Amino acid sequence: MRRWTPYWLALPAWLWLAIFLVVPIAAMASVSLTTGNLIDGFAQTFSVSNYSDAIAKYSTQFLRSLLYGGIATVIMLVLGYPVAYWIAFKAGHRKSMFLFLLLLPFFVSFVLRTISWGFLLADDGILFGTLKGWGVLPEDFHVLATTVAVIGGLVYNFLPFMILPIYVALERVNPTVIEAAYDLYASRFATFRRVVLPLSLPGVFAGVLMTFVPATADPINAQVLGGTGNTMIGNIVQTEYLVNNNYPTASAISFTLMAVLLIGIFIYARALGTENVLEAAAR
Amino acid sequence: MNNPLLRGLTQSRYSRRDAIRVAGFSAAGLALAACGVQGQKAAAPAPSAAADFWSTQKKNGTVVFANWPEYMPEDQAPLKQFQQATGISYEYKEVIQENAEFFGKSEPQLRAGQPLGYDIIVMTNGIQLGKMIQLGYLTALDHKQLPNFAANAGAKYKNPAYDANNTFTIPYQAGVTGIAYNTKYVDEDITSIQSLFDKKYEGKVGMMADAQEIGNFGMFAVGVDPDKSTQADWEKAAAKLKEQRDQGIVRKYYAQDYIDAVAKGDIWLSQAWSGDVFQRQLAGEPVKFVVPQEGGTIWIDNMAIPKGAANPVDALMLMDFLYKPEVAAELTAYIQYVTPVTGVQEILAAKDDKDSKALADSPLIFPTDADYAKLRSYRTLTNAEEPVFNGLFQTITQG
Repeated sequence: MRRWTPYWLALPAWLWLAIFLVVPIAAMASVSLTTGNLIDGFAQTFSVSNYSDAIAKYSTQFLRSLLYGGIATVIMLVLGYPVAYWIAFKAGHRKSMFLFLLLLPFFVSFVLRTISWGFLLADDGILFGTLKGWGVLPEDFHVLATTVAVIGGLVYNFLPFMILPIYVALERVNPTVIEAAYDLYASRFATFRRVVLPLSLPGVFAGVLMTFVPATADPINAQVLGGTGNTMIGNIVQTEYLVNNNYPTASAISFTLMAVLLIGIFIYARALGTENVLEAAAR
Repeated sequence: MNNPLLRGLTQSRYSRRDAIRVAGFSAAGLALAACGVQGQKAAAPAPSAAADFWSTQKKNGTVVFANWPEYMPEDQAPLKQFQQATGISYEYKEVIQENAEFFGKSEPQLRAGQPLGYDIIVMTNGIQLGKMIQLGYLTALDHKQLPNFAANAGAKYKNPAYDANNTFTIPYQAGVTGIAYNTKYVDEDITSIQSLFDKKYEGKVGMMADAQEIGNFGMFAVGVDPDKSTQADWEKAAAKLKEQRDQGIVRKYYAQDYIDAVAKGDIWLSQAWSGDVFQRQLAGEPVKFVVPQEGGTIWIDNMAIPKGAANPVDALMLMDFLYKPEVAAELTAYIQYVTPVTGVQEILAAKDDKDSKALADSPLIFPTDADYAKLRSYRTLTNAEEPVFNGLFQTITQG
C-alpha cells in the first residue's frame, strides 16, 4: 500500500496534464486528420493530405515566420544579455527597481502596446513627421508596413522574456567563483567567456525558448505593424480557423508549427550541450 | 571528436522503449478523440414549427442587444425610449468587431446548443450570415409581431436575395463601400476605381483584407458585376489585384484600421465604408468619400435572433421599435449610414439644425436612384464556391 503513495500524491498533476494537455492535443490531432466543411460536417478520414496541402500552400509564411522569429530572437539576445548582466552585477541595491521598470509596460495589454507603436511610427506622426519637417528624413520614408516594423515589434514585445531568465541565471553566479578566476590570472574577458557565460547558458536557453516560440507564432505584430508580404503563420491559422472555418487545415498548420519548433529546440539544446532540455528550462 | 555540437547531435539519450511509450500514448489519445465534427446543416424550418415556437413565447421584460462599435448614439436614446414605451429593460453590448471573427467564436457554442447570451445580433449579409442561416442558428421571425417593419421598411430592403421573405433577418443599417481619400495629400478629385491602381500612389493605397470586399473591387476594376460573376471573372480580378500588389501600390490590407491610416496620412486613399468617413468629416478631418463611377458595393447589416435566445419576444419588439421613422431618424443622425426605414429623410429635412439638413441632402446617406444604379451587392457564394473564392483573394491579402 505504502509503495503506491507517491503515485497517489502525483495523481492531481497527472490529471492536470491529461485534461489540459493530452486531451486538447489529441483532439487537435484528430481534427487535423478530418476532411469536410462546416456545413456538411468534418469526417474522420485519417487523410494526411491536410498536412501536405497546408505545407505546400503556406511554405512561404512558415519560412517567413521562422526567419522573423529567429532574427528577433538573435536581436533580443544581443540587446537583452548586456541588460541582464548589468542588472545582475552592476545595479546594486536598485536591482528590483530596474526589474520593475522592465516589467512596467506589461501592465498594458499586448495588443494596445503594439497599436501604440503604430501611432508613434506613423509616417507623419510624432517622430517621423518631426524629423521630416527638419529635413532629416526623405518625404517617403516609412517604417510601418515593413519587415523592420514587424521584427522590431516582436523584439519589443518579447524582450523581457529574454532578459528575465538570463538575469536569474547570472544572479545565481557565485561571486567567489569570479574572484577565483581573477586569482588564477584570468583576464576580465577570459573570466566572462570561461566562467560567467557558461554558467548563464541555462538562462540563455530558457530565454531563447521563451521568446523564439511565441515570436514565431505571433499574429498581432504582423497584423498591426506589417504591410503586404509580412503575413506570418499565426495570421494564417487565424484566417483558416475564424474566416474560412477550415478547422482541419488550421489544426494541421498548428501541429506542423509545433513539430518544427520542437525539433528546432531539441537541435538547439544539443548544440548548446545542455544535458537535458527540461532540466535546463526548469532551472 | 570533442565538438559538443557533433556530440550532442549524434549521441542517443532516448531509448527505444521511451519512443514506443510516447507513440503508444499518442495513438491512445488519438483513438479517444477520433470522432470528427458533426455537420449541422438544417432543413428549412416548417412554417408551423415557427408558429408553434412563437405561440409559446412570452414577453420577459428584458432584452440583450449585441451590436458593432459606434452603431448607437452615445446616450442610447433610442433604447431608452424603447424602455419607456414598453417597460422592457435592455442591455446593450458592443461585442461584434468582424463578421468572421464573431461567427468563428460563436459557432462552437451554437453547435453545442448553448445560448450566446444575446437576444439580438447584427451581421452583414455575406458568407457568415449565410452560414448562420444554413446551419439553423437563427430563429425564424414572427412577422405578425413586426408591424412597423411591414409598414416602414424601404422596398429595396424587403425580401433580399440572401434571406427570402426576411424569414430570419431584418436590416439594421446599410452602407456603401467606396473610396476614401485624404485631401491634404490627394489634390485631384478621385472618380474612378483605377486611382487605386495608379502607380502615382505607390505605397499609399489601402485595400481591405476581407476577401469579398477586395474581390468586389478587383471585379469592378476589370469591368465585372460581382453579383453576376463567374470563377473566370474572379481569376481575372485576382490577377489585377496581384499586379497592384506586386507593383508596390498597396501599402497594406486593412481590417478596420484603414480610416485611422487615411486620417494620419499613412495612406492617401483607401477602400472605405461610407459611415466611417462621415464620422471623420464631422471631426473636421480632411477626408472625402466617393463611389467610383465603375461601381461600389452596398451591404446590409441585419438584425437576427440567435437560436436559444432567452427573450425572443422582447427582441422582436425592439427590432420593430427601431422601424419607427422618428427612432430611425435619431439612429441615422448619429450613425450616418444608409437607413432601411422610409420617412427618415423627410424627418431630418424638417429639423431646424444645419447638421440634420446636411444629412438629409447627402446622397451617401440617402442614395438617389441613380446612385443605387451604381451600387452592387455581394455575391452569394455556394459552399463549393466559397473556398475557391476565399483562396483566390486570400493569396493576395496574405501572401
